[in-house]
Amino acid sequence: MSALAPDAIAARVQAVFPNVIPFRSENGEPWLAVAPADLPGVAALLRNDAALACDCLMDLTGWDLKGYPAVPPSDDIAVVLLLFSMAHRHRVQLEVRAPRAACEVPSVSGLWPAALYFEREVFDLFGVTFRGHPSLRRIMTPDDWVGHPLRKDYVYPSEYHGVAHLREGQRFEGGPNRGSAGAAGGTA
Amino acid sequence: MTVEATTPAGELMKLSMGPQHPATHGVLRIVIESDGEVVANCTPDHGYLHRSIEKIGECVEWAMFVPYTDRVDYVCAMNANLAYCVAAERILAADPGAPKVPFRAECIRVLVAELNRISSHMLAVGAMAMDVGAYTPFLHGIAQREQVNDIFERLCGQRLTYNYVTVGGVAFDLHPSAPQEVRAFLDQLEREFVRFNKLITTNTIFRDRCAAVAPVSAKEAVAWGLVGPNLRGSGVDWDLRRDEPYGIYGQLDVRVPTGQAYAGRKGVVGDCYDRYVVRLLEVRESIRLCRKVLDLLPPAADKPNDPVGGHQADVSKLLRKPPKGRVHVRTEAPRGEMGYFIVSNGTKDPWRVRVRTGSFTASGIFHKVMRGIFLADVVAVIGSFDVVVPEIDR
Amino acid sequence: MTDLPGNPNPPSPGACKPGNRQDEQVHLTAVDEFLAWGKENSLFYLLFATACCGIELMQAGGPRYDVDRLGMIPRATPRQSDLMIVAGTITHKMAERVRMLYDQMTEPRWVVSMGSCANSGGPFSKWSYSVLNGIDKHVPVDVYIPGCPPRPEALIDGVMALRERVRRYRTLGIRDTVPHVVAGAGCDFGSHPGKSAIEIARQLPPEGKT
Repeated sequence: MSALAPDAIAARVQAVFPNVIPFRSENGEPWLAVAPADLPGVAALLRNDAALACDCLMDLTGWDLKGYPAVPPSDDIAVVLLLFSMAHRHRVQLEVRAPRAACEVPSVSGLWPAALYFEREVFDLFGVTFRGHPSLRRIMTPDDWVGHPLRKDYVYPSEYHGVAHLREGQRFEGGPNRGSAGAAGGTA
Repeated sequence: MTVEATTPAGELMKLSMGPQHPATHGVLRIVIESDGEVVANCTPDHGYLHRSIEKIGECVEWAMFVPYTDRVDYVCAMNANLAYCVAAERILAADPGAPKVPFRAECIRVLVAELNRISSHMLAVGAMAMDVGAYTPFLHGIAQREQVNDIFERLCGQRLTYNYVTVGGVAFDLHPSAPQEVRAFLDQLEREFVRFNKLITTNTIFRDRCAAVAPVSAKEAVAWGLVGPNLRGSGVDWDLRRDEPYGIYGQLDVRVPTGQAYAGRKGVVGDCYDRYVVRLLEVRESIRLCRKVLDLLPPAADKPNDPVGGHQADVSKLLRKPPKGRVHVRTEAPRGEMGYFIVSNGTKDPWRVRVRTGSFTASGIFHKVMRGIFLADVVAVIGSFDVVVPEIDR
Repeated sequence: MTDLPGNPNPPSPGACKPGNRQDEQVHLTAVDEFLAWGKENSLFYLLFATACCGIELMQAGGPRYDVDRLGMIPRATPRQSDLMIVAGTITHKMAERVRMLYDQMTEPRWVVSMGSCANSGGPFSKWSYSVLNGIDKHVPVDVYIPGCPPRPEALIDGVMALRERVRRYRTLGIRDTVPHVVAGAGCDFGSHPGKSAIEIARQLPPEGKT
């Protein structure tokens, strides 16, 4: 029942996986940058090690770095794992960046079954393929949906199965690319 | 209890339960393959209510997102508002000049959150009883919920989707008769509770339908990401209000009920009956917390012009250029932890708003726990996990 | 039935009056009004709730607002329901199933669009990629009830407006094919496939004229 400080956790992980780099966000939140190849090992260590014991996957989500003022700027899709230890009450944030062109990250659903649904959602909305997931398919959008909606360069559909997306006279205001990715009248 | 499906897989009957179904708590579709009355496989099909709320979070300004949080879980909209506002305030907290939420606003936040927890659980247990076949407890639950709706309507004008808890405080101060109305409601609810329990909780038929159905062990519950009453029903003693307090919950000494095979000899820790009873015990605890908060409530003189902080000009100014960075904050909504992972790029719109809800992982465990149960138990399981589809689909 | 599309001799407007044409020579009134009164006071609605408006629909059926006293009880299957209250946001994924439910309803059938999301997409119409902006793109709507969510009293008000229409429905006699515009637009959708109700309403003769 001893919560480790983020630096101690980072040190423990780096002892086994030296490529893992601890970062702090602009507002002070600690996270560990993990390469996709290292993820299965790091995740297994975090879960099985007695002092770390992260038995709870709080959340597995993604976010798109395209256009984010990061240093250096990047086009990657980041997959974020938020882990928590019920026994020790400490949390760990992992970030795995996958390049947009080859968006593949190993799955952690073997370690935490909660990841089964989380990874399906990230696949659906960001297009990240999780190697090793037993049934990777869309979950939120219909099976025949085109595109990955939460990406920053997503173009809104003008129609689905023959029904126009907009009502007559409605201007296209879809998404953060307001006005730029679509013309008035709903053509994408 | 589980029963072996004896028919070979090729001869199973495929049933589509939903998306329009009286007992799926919304537009949830479950494809059931059954051998007669016994479920062999079950595959949930989601997305029928995917309203792209997370994408909308990137399109609107920080304060404009609060009404959308109502729609993430409309049964307990105050808690949903609160979760987002706590996360946004955590982002703002990196700025040294960020104003603090006034104490009166913190008290009001807890009061409305707990009242909404009561009304959410009354609806949940009422709906579960209705699904299992008892129609009357639902009406009793709705009657209680209507009284809470009345209080909220006088408070903020809305019965269901309140848009009341704002970044920096709450939108309006309590109306003058609010404490007295809340106390009267709580007194009446305690009396009704006894009647409600006699009607349904101790009812042999209801207990037999829910006891030992779909038990989830504590280890499984944590591994599958269950939260809230579902997790506590499996015996895990974890409640964010007590263990990772936010607001003034740290001062309130929250007592946490856990599942202990309440169905007696026939029950197993973590079955449907346990989850149901944990919700009722949480209602009792919320009654106690509401009374405590009413005693703690300071007079409305905290800040003469804006006693509750909701329309502070400095919060609005800060939200136009908030600090950059990311936060992950989780709060205890009636359906479990509502976790917000927010990335800010320093502009007036968030860069990424991620809502992690309890019903999402609860529906993730369906295909595991529904194997080998009777078709009639499927509705008991869905009702006991208290999934609302907007939380799953967002 | 004289009002089906493709009828070579459609009844003229104001066809309730007896006349020389074949379909104007039998005129049933009292029985038909009795049947209409029965339909009006026993509208069974399909238990179809998608989102937040669904909770208000449930509370409208609850002990305080109690639509049961108006004769409305929820039915689980579209085959037994006269009325489909589309309560809640309809996404593209759900829209085709709503049409399927509407097709399974037996005639006479009416549709009430409850809430902003079903009317026009509501708060999601601007920025959502997955929400259908209005259920009248798929099913013909008789009454639109605005609100987010509309109070149960607003829902009952909309249902009272619908009952006006139901009262004019003729089971045995000649049906009046001039659509009556109630609280918005809604009419003979079957002959205007693919058009939204607003477009159809703009082409209708103004109310009162034949």
